[in-house]
Amino acid sequence: MSRRRHSSPVHASPVAPALPQRRSALKALGASAAAGAGMAAGVGTLSGLSGHVQAQSAEPIRIGFQVHRTGIGAAYGRWYDRTTTAAVARINAVGGIGGRPVEIVAEDDGTDPKRGAEVIEKFERRHRCDIAFGTLFSHVVIGSAPRAGELKLPYFVVSEGHHVASGMLNRYTLQPGITDVRSQVQAMAPWVAGTLGKKVTMLYADFAFGHDHRDYFSEAVAAQGGEVIAKIAIPPTETAFTKYFPKIPRDTEVVYHVMVGPSVLTFVKEMGEFFGPAAPPIFGFIDSLEAVDIASPGLEFLEGTYFWEGYPRYAQPGASAFDAAYREAVGVDDNGASVTDAKDVSTYAHMFGCWETLNIIKAGMEAADYRGPADRTKLIEAVEAMGDVPHSLDHPQGAKRFNGRTHQVFGHQHISKVVDGRLELVHTTSIEDTLYPDEVDYTTRSF
Amino acid sequence: MEFGPHLVLALLEGAITASVLALTAAGLALVFGILRVVNVAHGEFFMLGAVLAWFVSTTLTETFGTGPAIGFVAALVIAPLATGLVAILADRLVLRRIGYDPERTIVATIGLLYVLQQATLMSFGPEARPVEAPFNTRIALPWPERVDGEWVLGHPWGFGTTSYKLFVIGAAIVVLIGLWLLLRHTTLGLIMRATEQDRDMARAFGIPVTRVYALVFGLGAALAALGAVLVVPVQQAHYLMGGDPLLLSFIVVIIGGLGSIGGTVVAAVLIGLTDGVVSVFFSATLAKIIATLLVAMVLVFRPQGLFGRAGSR
Repeated sequence: MSRRRHSSPVHASPVAPALPQRRSALKALGASAAAGAGMAAGVGTLSGLSGHVQAQSAEPIRIGFQVHRTGIGAAYGRWYDRTTTAAVARINAVGGIGGRPVEIVAEDDGTDPKRGAEVIEKFERRHRCDIAFGTLFSHVVIGSAPRAGELKLPYFVVSEGHHVASGMLNRYTLQPGITDVRSQVQAMAPWVAGTLGKKVTMLYADFAFGHDHRDYFSEAVAAQGGEVIAKIAIPPTETAFTKYFPKIPRDTEVVYHVMVGPSVLTFVKEMGEFFGPAAPPIFGFIDSLEAVDIASPGLEFLEGTYFWEGYPRYAQPGASAFDAAYREAVGVDDNGASVTDAKDVSTYAHMFGCWETLNIIKAGMEAADYRGPADRTKLIEAVEAMGDVPHSLDHPQGAKRFNGRTHQVFGHQHISKVVDGRLELVHTTSIEDTLYPDEVDYTTRSF
Repeated sequence: MEFGPHLVLALLEGAITASVLALTAAGLALVFGILRVVNVAHGEFFMLGAVLAWFVSTTLTETFGTGPAIGFVAALVIAPLATGLVAILADRLVLRRIGYDPERTIVATIGLLYVLQQATLMSFGPEARPVEAPFNTRIALPWPERVDGEWVLGHPWGFGTTSYKLFVIGAAIVVLIGLWLLLRHTTLGLIMRATEQDRDMARAFGIPVTRVYALVFGLGAALAALGAVLVVPVQQAHYLMGGDPLLLSFIVVIIGGLGSIGGTVVAAVLIGLTDGVVSVFFSATLAKIIATLLVAMVLVFRPQGLFGRAGSR
């Protein structure tokens, strides 16, 4: 027995009267009685009546939030959750979306693709969500997106993988708030090959996300006259890493690492123990140390090494006022840690994607005059029509360019150097550095 | 990396795996040998040891400002004791009530696995947390190299280990010798062995069998926890970390001969070194495949295990 079934006839009326009229109140009662009896019917009647009183705008927009509360992505999940909560609080404080408040319905996907697909199902069938949003790990997105497509549920992911722009997914899956691995590594390759060295050994997480790094970085560095001389895949559930390092060839000029999972700190620490004082230049994706304090014991060897950052963790001199306001809103200090616990380091380079995606959803829904699930395709078309997105508090990481055909956003990338145990920004790419030819045109696919 | 140093590094890695595995699997073998209980929750006792080690060391550091060494030593004592007490409680509340029945204990310990894992998730949280090693100096290992036609001892690139890793190997050996002395040369060991050989006869001679069972179950869990405390400065404490040690312990216990402590230790060294060498030279997945295949072979051709007594079970 759903509440919505009772209230829908009321909501269908274009203009709600200020006071409940006797006739319509009786009609609502009658509809409830006809639909069913008992407690549920009573609740339905009440909501039908209140719908009249408060007008249709009071009905919240329900966003299903697929979150890694447990499993190997838990550290990201914790911060995706905090960022989402802060972004929604801000949206609601300025009147919600189209005058309607936003309600987040969070469900744990356990960082597990099977569970992820079940969560999508739950958003649609049980929670009656308007859209789904959230998750990071590429295997969960790849496992969940087909179900979202079947259910015709718009699915806004904050995942980084190249799976959206590659054409692997469907018209209902969009990534408007975070850039993808292909664009990131393409923008990094010229700098790595030009500054650090041309013979690269890659250490990467052995699943879809890491494979995107392997494939697209190899391609991009070859275009710069460089070469990946060894590709070392490490399972994201691995706990001991020393066994992988002897495979690094002696003539390596740059070590490129991108690791995820609960043991990233051990990974980086053991890399330092392996090299000792004779480490080659090291370039890592901050994923290898997201949610980990750079000043942890055993990480001293990172001094002078470089990291890709989606968004600089440490507040940089001359950072925008948007960055300061965003840090305050999500509760992160100038070192990228929680304001209440300096040891609780955020996943700063990724979580802004939740904030920015929610603002895209708001803009899209308002542009599409979104009223309910019947307008889902209008929402997707409205987002597909977006192009350049200016740097603002809605998009504190920087200006973006959304490609409606590939459902993927493009933006600036950052390279930071570890100096005195902190990350200092040394290079920012242009958006153009990150562009590549379209691999798909989702707009030609039918709904 | 050249073959020689590469192999030594692989063996060193294997030796660390073997040390921790020997402790964990010895606990499992002890419980099976004496209680005839297949403890599926054994990996969770391992996890509990690691999580408690984190809790003890961080609490001491944050509350009393002690260094990592004191925190670690305290964890080395408190974590196995506390884990042992949890196990004794589980024995009292669950295993004793179902009469140590082989089938029902499997189901009960599966339940225990989930209770411990989820309780840890709810209290400790889903993050992996590091424990600082009491000491951790990188030791560059020497290797003969030919420089200008002369053999000299050099330090090849990447060829090293840490003092703490060597300590883990040493500590595991000491604990295993201690366990052997306990079983062979103490009255308590005699009582345990008597209970293992014939429960009813032991009871007839006035041995409090149920109390021995509780103690052994606690000791088995404490051994797993001790292995975890030793390894947690090298790895990290995480609520899902019990899976691998459980699988490997079962593999080792089956190969070594169910219930045979000596066989278990030999099998742990065998599996640990194989794991080290195969995963360094080939892949970690292949190492797991080989270990599982080895179990299948043992079950087919020598079901009592390499060191088990035929027909004794």
